[in-house]
Amino acid sequence: MTKVTMTINGKSVSRDVEGQTLLVSLLREDLHLTGTHVGCDTSQCGACTVHVNGKSVKSCTMFAAEADGAEVKTIEGMANADGSLNVIQQAFQDHHGLQCGFCTPGMVMAATSLLKENPKPTEQEVRVYLEGNICRCTGYHNIVKAIMAASGQDVSAIAAE
Amino acid sequence: MYAFDIETPTTIADAVAALKADEAQPLGGGQTLIPTLKARLAAPSKLISLARVADMQGVSVAGDTLRIGGATTHATVASDAAQSYPGLAALAGHIGDPAVRNRGTIGGSIANNDPAACYPAAALASGATIVTDTREIAADDFFVGMFETALAEGEIVTAVSFPIPQAANYQKFVQPASRFSLVGVFVAKYADGVRVAVTGASEGGVFRWTEAEQALSSDFSADALKDLSVSADGMISDLHGTGDYRAHLVKVMTGRAVKAAG
Amino acid sequence: MPKDTGIGAPTRRREDVRFLKGAGEYTDDIKTYGQTVAVFARSTVANGIIKSIDTSAAEAMPGVLAVFTGADFAEVGGNPAGWLINSRDGEPMKEPKRPVLAHGKVRHVGDAYAAVIAETDREARDAAEAIEIEIEELPAIIDVKEALTGDNFVHDEIGTNQCFDWGWIEDNRAATDEAIKNAAHVTTLELVNNRLVPNAMEPRCSMATYKASDDEYILHTTSQNPHLTRLLISAFVMGIPENKLTVIAPDVGGGFGSKIYHYGEEALVLAAAKRIGRPVKWTADRTEAFLTDAHGRDHVTKIELATDAEGNFQAFRTETYANVGAYLSNFATATPTFLHGTLMAGNYTVPNVYVNVKAVFTNTAPVDAYRGAGRPEATYSLERVIDKCARELGMDPIELRRKNFIKPDQYPYASAAGLEYDAGNYDALMDKMEEVADIKGFAARRAESEAKGLLRGFGVNAYIEACGIAPSNLVGVLGSRVGLYDAATVRVNATGNLSVMVGAHSHGQGHETVFPQVVAEMLGIDASSIDIVHGDTSKIPFGMGTYGSRSLAVCGSAVVRATEKIINKAKKIAAHMLEASETDIELKDGSFTIAGTDKSVSFGEVALKAYIPHDFPLEDIEPGLEETAFYDPANFTYPSGAYCCEVEVDPDTGKVRVDRFAAVDDFGNVINPMVVTGQVHGGLGQGIGQALLEAARYNSDGQLESASYMDYTMPRADDLPFYTVDHSQGTPCTHNPLGVKGCGEAGAIGSPPTIVNAVIDALQSGGKNVTHIDMPLTPHRVWSAMNSA
Repeated sequence: MTKVTMTINGKSVSRDVEGQTLLVSLLREDLHLTGTHVGCDTSQCGACTVHVNGKSVKSCTMFAAEADGAEVKTIEGMANADGSLNVIQQAFQDHHGLQCGFCTPGMVMAATSLLKENPKPTEQEVRVYLEGNICRCTGYHNIVKAIMAASGQDVSAIAAE
Repeated sequence: MYAFDIETPTTIADAVAALKADEAQPLGGGQTLIPTLKARLAAPSKLISLARVADMQGVSVAGDTLRIGGATTHATVASDAAQSYPGLAALAGHIGDPAVRNRGTIGGSIANNDPAACYPAAALASGATIVTDTREIAADDFFVGMFETALAEGEIVTAVSFPIPQAANYQKFVQPASRFSLVGVFVAKYADGVRVAVTGASEGGVFRWTEAEQALSSDFSADALKDLSVSADGMISDLHGTGDYRAHLVKVMTGRAVKAAG
Repeated sequence: MPKDTGIGAPTRRREDVRFLKGAGEYTDDIKTYGQTVAVFARSTVANGIIKSIDTSAAEAMPGVLAVFTGADFAEVGGNPAGWLINSRDGEPMKEPKRPVLAHGKVRHVGDAYAAVIAETDREARDAAEAIEIEIEELPAIIDVKEALTGDNFVHDEIGTNQCFDWGWIEDNRAATDEAIKNAAHVTTLELVNNRLVPNAMEPRCSMATYKASDDEYILHTTSQNPHLTRLLISAFVMGIPENKLTVIAPDVGGGFGSKIYHYGEEALVLAAAKRIGRPVKWTADRTEAFLTDAHGRDHVTKIELATDAEGNFQAFRTETYANVGAYLSNFATATPTFLHGTLMAGNYTVPNVYVNVKAVFTNTAPVDAYRGAGRPEATYSLERVIDKCARELGMDPIELRRKNFIKPDQYPYASAAGLEYDAGNYDALMDKMEEVADIKGFAARRAESEAKGLLRGFGVNAYIEACGIAPSNLVGVLGSRVGLYDAATVRVNATGNLSVMVGAHSHGQGHETVFPQVVAEMLGIDASSIDIVHGDTSKIPFGMGTYGSRSLAVCGSAVVRATEKIINKAKKIAAHMLEASETDIELKDGSFTIAGTDKSVSFGEVALKAYIPHDFPLEDIEPGLEETAFYDPANFTYPSGAYCCEVEVDPDTGKVRVDRFAAVDDFGNVINPMVVTGQVHGGLGQGIGQALLEAARYNSDGQLESASYMDYTMPRADDLPFYTVDHSQGTPCTHNPLGVKGCGEAGAIGSPPTIVNAVIDALQSGGKNVTHIDMPLTPHRVWSAMNSA
C-alpha cells in the first residue's frame, strides 16, 4: 500500500492504494466518481478520459500512485459553479452530441483539452483530435458539430435536423 | 492485474538501484505496459516509475544535436521539438492519440521496440544515439529485432540524441484499428547522405532500406525510387495486410516522405 | 419552421443533463453493501471435450466464496431460441441446449466453463486461473460450407451442423427457377456479409441480489428488454417465479442488438447470490465482450437477378449460408430467415423471389440480431446485384432502379417475398436524394479528384425494411414463440403531473424526451410535467423492449392508446364536475370545456378530483386516473430510403475516403426530427464501418483474431464525414396511430451497399475491371483487387 494525495475536482483526497490500483479504479470504486467509465482494456476507447494537471489522460492506463500530488479533474467537476452545464456540455445537448451517454464524459474531457490547445479548430482538426475517443451511437456528426459550436464557430451550415 | 508495488525514484541512480530488485520492471508512460499487465501477460513484483526522474525530462538542443530525455512525453516532443526538428515533432504528434501522447514516453517506446511503433524509425533514420544509464548505443546497434533491443536487464534509456537533419519527414500508413503504423517510413537527409528507416513492415522490426538511401543520396526526389522495389520476404502478413502489400507500401510511403521533406 | 414543443419539435433531450454531468447510473456504477465479484473461466480452445475440471485449488484460495462449473447447472434449463424455423422438408430446426456454463464440451473460444465468486476482482481472477481443466481439443468447425461435410459436430447429439434448411417461399421456387432459366439476362454475384461485433461502448454487466427472507431476487443488468430477460430466466432457464424476480436495466450504454438477449452470466450471478447470500456482480472486460457478446451478420450468399432485355426485373434467387455460431441465441433463427428472406423483393415490382437459407452451427460465438438484423444482409445482396446488373446492361444505376420501383399508386403492395407494404414513394425519395446530394456536381468533383491522383466514385442504393416488430398474429404464424406487442401505463398523479411507464427501454434513443412530447401534445399540457419510467419489471406493466426499430411504432402506440383512455376518463370526470354530458366535453390546450361555452376545468383540476372523489357517482366513475394499454400492431412498418455517397480511392494504397454521404429516408411522421436524424447518423456510422473497417475474423483454429480494438477497427471520427440527412418525404404508416415508422436501423441497412457501389464505380472509372470486393473494403483488399484486375 502507498499513500497518495491528490486534488480531485478541487478537493484534496488521500487514500492508501495498492501498486496496481488504476486511477480509474480509485475514482470509481473508492470515491464513487462513476461518471468516468471503462469501455476497453487497451487504452483506445477514451471513455475513461480525465484531466491530470490540466491534460487529458486515460485514467484506465495510469496508476493511482502515478497521480500522487496531481490535480485531477473528472466529468463531475465540469459543470458551472451553479450546477448548470458549461459551454461544452451545453453544446453537446444543443446539438444532440450524445445518445447512450457512455462515451460522453470522455468526449467532454477530450473536447475541453482540444479547445484549450486549439480554440477554433477546423472540422478535420476536431475529428483527428478525437482519435482516442470512440462513440458507437452518433456516427460522430453531432459530436464534431457540438465541439465546433462550443468553440464559438457558426455551425448553421452543417446539416441539422 | 497481479499485485505489485510501485516505486517512484527521482534520480537515475535510484531508479537503477530499484530495478535490481527481483522481477522489478521499469514503467515509462505505461501506455503499452499497463494494457499488458491488465491482460495478465506480465507479473512484475515491482514497477519502477521513471516519470519523476528529473534528469530524464525535456528536450534540449546543443549545436546540431537534439537531446530528448527518456521520460519525455510524446506531447512534449511534439511541441518542444517543433522548431529544432519538425519532422520528429510531427511524428511524435501523431503517435497514439492526445491522451496517450500525454503519458507515453520516448524512452518507453524505444525500449519496447514494438515492430509497428513510430519512434524506432525516427531514431534509426536519424542515426540517433540511445543513451542509457551505463553507455551510449548507436541506433544501428540498438534495435535488434521485434520487441528486442541491445538493452541489458535493468538498463534504462535515459535519453536519445538525434543529429538534426537538413530535411526529414515521416509518413505513416496506419493500421486502421490500432492506429500503429502498418508501414511507417522516416526519411532524413544529412550532408553526408540520406537515411531511410521503415517500421511496421518487417518481422525483424525496424530496418533501413539501404537501396533507397543510396538512390536518394545522389538524387533526393521520389523519382529516384522508381526503379527500386522492396522484397516481400520477411514482411509481416496479418489481418490488415500481406507482406506483398506492406512491401509495396514501403516504396509508396518513402516516395511521399521524400516529397514532403522537400 | 419547426414547432417548439410537442409532436414534430426538435426538443432537446432531458436525459442529456445527467449524462453530461457524469450522473448517469449504469449497472457497473451501482455498488451495494457486501457486494462480491464474479469472474468466469473461459475456454481458450474452440472445440473440445472437457475431460475433467478440478476446482479444489481455486476454492481454497484467499477471498474465494464459491466456484461454479457446468455440473451445477446440469439440471436447470437451457437458454432457448425464440423463433421456430422449419426446414423445407417440414422438419423443425435443430435446437441443442445452451447451458449456463459449458458442460461436457466447450464450443467456442470464450465459452465459460466455470465461475469464481470472490471478495475482490483480483482474488476472483487468481482463483479462475487456478481452476484445472483438461480439455481434449478437437478440430475447430469454422467455415460454414465445410461444416456441412464430415462428421465433426458442434453438438454431437444432433448429428449435423445444419440447424435448418429454409426455403422462402417454397411454393415460389419452381417459378423462380423457370424465370431465371428463361431470362434475357441474368446477373450473378457471390458475396460475404461480414461478421461484426456490436461493440456497445458499455460492456455487459450483471449484478444479482437475493433476499432469503422473501425468496426474492433482483437482477440489475445491461438489457434492452428486462421483461424478456425475466421471462426467459423464469420460464426456461432457472424456474424462478416471475413474481419473485425483478429485473432492472438502469442506464444502458448502447445495445445495437447485443443486449436484447439473455446470457448465461445473468443466470450465474443469480444462482451465486442465492448460494453465498450476498450480492454478486460481474462486469465484462472488452475482451470478454468480443468473445461472448452475440455477433452480427456473417452470411455467405449467392444471388441471381434475372431481367428481360429492357431491364425489367423478373426474379431474384438467393442461396445463403448463415453462421449461427456455437449456440442458438434468442433471435438467431429469426434473423437470417424472416428478417431477411421476406425483404428479398426490395423496393421492386419483381414477380418471382426465392430465398434458401441454411443455418449452420460453428465453433464461434453465437450470431444474432445486430442493428438491422437480416435487413442489411437483404439490402446488401439486392443492391449490389442490381448495381452489377446495371453495369452489365449498360444502364444508369438510378434509372434501372426507378424502372422497377413500386409506384405510389400500387399501395398496399403485396411483395413477391410475402410482405404487404402499406405506404411508400420511392421515386420521391430518389428525387430528393438527387437534389440534396447535388449529383449534377459529381463530374466536376471527379475531375478535381483525378487532378489529385485520386479515383472518385458515386454509389447509390434504395432500401426498404420491415420493422416496428411486430404483429403477434403474423409473427406467430411465422414461428415466433413470443408475442410482439408493447405496453404502457399512464399514471396521472393527484397534483397533475404524470408518470408514464413504458415497456420500451431507452439506451440512447431518447424516449425520456420523445414519449412526453406525444403525451403532452395529446393532453395539451407541458411536457416537463411528464416523466417516463422504464427498465424496471417491478414498475412497468410489461414490455417487449427495444430492438427492431419498434419503440415508437409499437410502444409509442401503446402510450397513445393509454393516453386516449386517460382522456376518455378525464372527460367523464370533467363532465361530472361541470354538470354536463360527457359527449359535450372537449379537450383543448389542457382544459376540458363544454363545447360552445366558456365553462371549463383544467387538466390539473380534473386530476386532483380523480383522487379526491368526494362526490363521485361511484357506479359510473372509479377514483384515480391511471390507464394501461397493450398495443399490437396490424403489420410491420416499412421505412424506405434512397442513399448515395461519393468516395475517393487512393490508387497507390487502396485507401478509401468517404467524401459525401446523403441519406433520404421515409420514416412516415416524425415526432422529434433531431432524435431521428441522430439515429440515422448512428446507423450510417455503423454501416460505413461495416463497409470499410469492421470484421470479426476467426482463424482456422477458431481463435478470434480481431478480439480487441487493436485489431477490430471501430469507426473513429476521422473515418467518417458529415452526413446530409433528409426525412421530408415521409408517407405516414397507415396502421399505427402516430403514422410513424422505425428509424433506428435504417442507416445501418442502407449504407453498406452504397459505399461498395461507390468504390466499384471509382475503380472502374480508373480503368480497373473490378466488379466486386467483399467487405470490409480495407486498403489492402482494395489494392489487391485493383492489382489483380
